[in-house]
Amino acid sequence: MFIEIQHINKIYTDKDNNANTVLEDINLEIPKGQFVSILGPSGCGKSTLLSMIAGLTSASSGGIVVDGKNVQKPGKDRGMVFQEAALFPWMTVTENVVFPLRKEMSKKQAIERARHFLQMVQLSNYAGHYPHELSGGMQQRVSIARSLAMDPAVLLMDEPFGALDEQTRSRLHGQLEKIWIDTKKTIVFVTHSIQESIKLSDRIVVMGTRPGTVIADIEVDIPRPREEHKQQVAALEERIMGLLKGEIDKVINEELAYEARS
Amino acid sequence: MKPAVKRLIFFTALILFWGLGSQFELWHETILPSPFSVWDALVAGFADLTLVYDLVASFRRLLIGLAVSLLIGTALGILLARSKTADDTIGSMVLALQSVPSIIWLPLAMMWFGLGEGAIIFVVILGGTFVMTLNVRTGIKNVNPLYIKAARTMGSNGIDLFWKVIIPASIPYLVTGARLAWAFAWRALMAGELLSAGPGLGYTLRYASDFGNMALVIGVMIIIGVVGAVVDQLIFQRIEKNVLKRWGLES
Repeated sequence: MFIEIQHINKIYTDKDNNANTVLEDINLEIPKGQFVSILGPSGCGKSTLLSMIAGLTSASSGGIVVDGKNVQKPGKDRGMVFQEAALFPWMTVTENVVFPLRKEMSKKQAIERARHFLQMVQLSNYAGHYPHELSGGMQQRVSIARSLAMDPAVLLMDEPFGALDEQTRSRLHGQLEKIWIDTKKTIVFVTHSIQESIKLSDRIVVMGTRPGTVIADIEVDIPRPREEHKQQVAALEERIMGLLKGEIDKVINEELAYEARS
Repeated sequence: MKPAVKRLIFFTALILFWGLGSQFELWHETILPSPFSVWDALVAGFADLTLVYDLVASFRRLLIGLAVSLLIGTALGILLARSKTADDTIGSMVLALQSVPSIIWLPLAMMWFGLGEGAIIFVVILGGTFVMTLNVRTGIKNVNPLYIKAARTMGSNGIDLFWKVIIPASIPYLVTGARLAWAFAWRALMAGELLSAGPGLGYTLRYASDFGNMALVIGVMIIIGVVGAVVDQLIFQRIEKNVLKRWGLES
């Protein structure tokens, strides 16, 4: 399998020395080229899991293999798009996209490549601008172009559109879907939005919370574009809502109990 | 009304009040000389080039001292930010040193370097170094962790990560540090010059005071103030503003 996540456990020890299990025995196999969403309420460890695939966080036990290689540390084979664009403010848009490329090709080639990917996210007119001159949605598109320019084997996205307004988000969904179809990248997409996951992905991994576990693994076989199949989308939405209802109640009850204690 | 216009009116009124007060002898000329005497003293000082030599001498000391203090301050700041042990030990000493005016080092500096350039420059260096150190340290420690994470996923680490991401990300703090270092160094320089041999603005101020030339005393005070304000506003604040804007810290 292209990405193999095997028996991942993550345990944090808090300041009172209590062990908190964030992730418990996560097992996932993701084939090449799949667009998979990891969906769950906040605190289910979905971002932690993504961060582990990126190599930014280590697991307490278990292992992750991407394209035959054990994940030990971050690498260019796994591009990451964060909730905030994470562009370097002292660099122009082009310089930002060139940043991961500058060591492996000539400057001219790198700039040419940057131009190509900026065109893909329709921002070639902003190549010389600085990030603070761009809107949030444009910044996030640059960040996607920057990741794609490295030609990673997999694109990891951590709620990339979570901080954007509804209209911008919806437009970027369309763009991302097109990019995915054009580039055939494997995409692992973390989100807490049920609609977003249904709109975009081939497969939805639903996670429950405390501890974080996989509670359902759903193949989405609704034809694209999904806007044209409203009934099927609504049915799936309802099904997932039912799965998550219990989880959300669990979170609320725990928080109420915590409030009562303190 | 534009701030520049407001400022012009304010200073005109202030000088007018000062001139009228002297004219009607609300205070005696020896206590507070009139703006005309101050103007004459300044013109005479520039005409015989003493004030020009003073400015050149003072700026020479300042530039040498400031350059050295920025270099040492940056190096020390990087050390404190990167090494916990250095921060726990040297860091606490820097905090203590930062809280004392650097002029108190002058007696020691005179013993070590003699009563000349060396001692003053030493005091200027001490004046600027620690504030730069603390700003560089804070800047490096406050780099947005997201930049570091993003850079690591793009294959950057170690020295490359430090020079290409961490240092550029802390530029706003470096600029503020340099601006404060200049202000502290300028004060230290004037204090040092007051207590040592000339030429230099501080030295001329004391010399004029010894000879009861209060008009020149006020003239030099005005030069010191104007130089301080001009360098701060025209150079440092402008750079700082541009940097903050570019770094997205100010809209």
